[in-house]
Amino acid sequence: MLDFSVFTPEVFKAYILQGLYFSFLLTLVATLGGIVFGTALALLRLSGVKALELVAATYVNGMRSIPLLMVLLWFFLMVPFIIGRPIGAELTAVITFIAFEAAYFSEIVRAGIQSIPRGQVYAGQALGMSYGQNMRLVILPQAFRNMIPVFLTQTIILFQDTSLVYIITAHDLLHGFTVAGNNLSRPRESYILAAVLYFVICFSLSWTVKRVQQKVAIIR
Amino acid sequence: MALDWQVFCQDTIERTVVAGCFGTGGARGTQTYLDWLIAAWGQTVLVSALSLVVALVVGSIIGTIRTLPESPLLVRIGNVWVEFFRNIPLLVQLFLWYHVVPVLFPFFADTPKLALVVTALGLFTSARIAEQVRAGVQALPRGQRYAGMALGFTTPQYYRYVLLPMAFRIIVPPLTSEAMNIFKNSSVAFAVSITELTFFAQQAGEETARGIEIYLAVTALYVVSAFAINRVMAVIEKRARVPGFVASTGGGH
Repeated sequence: MLDFSVFTPEVFKAYILQGLYFSFLLTLVATLGGIVFGTALALLRLSGVKALELVAATYVNGMRSIPLLMVLLWFFLMVPFIIGRPIGAELTAVITFIAFEAAYFSEIVRAGIQSIPRGQVYAGQALGMSYGQNMRLVILPQAFRNMIPVFLTQTIILFQDTSLVYIITAHDLLHGFTVAGNNLSRPRESYILAAVLYFVICFSLSWTVKRVQQKVAIIR
Repeated sequence: MALDWQVFCQDTIERTVVAGCFGTGGARGTQTYLDWLIAAWGQTVLVSALSLVVALVVGSIIGTIRTLPESPLLVRIGNVWVEFFRNIPLLVQLFLWYHVVPVLFPFFADTPKLALVVTALGLFTSARIAEQVRAGVQALPRGQRYAGMALGFTTPQYYRYVLLPMAFRIIVPPLTSEAMNIFKNSSVAFAVSITELTFFAQQAGEETARGIEIYLAVTALYVVSAFAINRVMAVIEKRARVPGFVASTGGGH
């Protein structure tokens, strides 16, 4: 009933490879962008300035209470409207994922910063460090080290979520399998192979995360 | 750009503004975009609620068998279940249930579309709930299990009367986020043309060329629903709390 014989390496190269590349690229860019903007949002939320805290909290909670698919639709509609010309589904996906993931990463960073004992903050202050110096030299290096496993777990979730660019028909990994399945009239086999490939990638990543977790733990 | 909210009073077929706006269809079988929006919200709530039931039942069973002492086979089955459903994207799982399963297994051939979506979303979430349940049981002091044994309880009995009642109370905060996640994740049902909120947003946005108004309304409904789930779970957490036992796991919600 199932016939996988048409899925040769050539087919894989022609249909899947480019999508795989885009999914990886999207994951990487969104992770890095998410960490940078997420850290900025977290620092705003912990800044002690009420107005800044409110703005950051509204952004983060707003993003976290609507589905990624809706956010993709929003950006797909609004970005060309704001900058005045169409930019394509792929670039829209990249911008959306950075904006969306920043909200999730900021919660991770905030929890990481708050997990650092207060004594560390006071020690920095006692040494005469400014807020910026204290953050940069004392708090963030320790916090990031604690956060590495959570960052990596979030990255795996992010990689799975890249399949949702389906809604704006960006050419990602799943899109490659969908097109291959339709063109070769083997849609069912194609979806099964997609599931297998996603599983292999995500499972090996999460296995790696477990290893990393044991390595980076700070021994106190 | 001025917003034009009248779009919601338009007939979805003839695109003329209907007086009364809501619930005026019926005889001619027509509906306004407002009617459709509310119906779509209903579909989202329906899919999420049914999936949550599936996820809670299956997730509790799988999570529990992963903590059983002296049953390595059951523990292993539980682990495989969790790894399988956690490492494949939800959208791909949905396509498997929708396009592949009914053809490979004749038993599912006549299963309604909605049931397939609920199965996909429910089992996907069951893996995450199983993880929470396992963590909840393992967070309890080992003495609780031994105390149950010492009282002569059988394994099902001490799970039923000693371990699970406490474990479920501990995991209310993570379950709250899972309930909110399931509501957001139900949006993938658009991909198999279930007429839920995201499907409505895409479809109605295109038909009316009034995307901003349509999206604003849909986004507002998602935010309101997420807030409502959060409040309901807070009430459950408060009601279920055992006096004198502070089960704070520090979930940030």
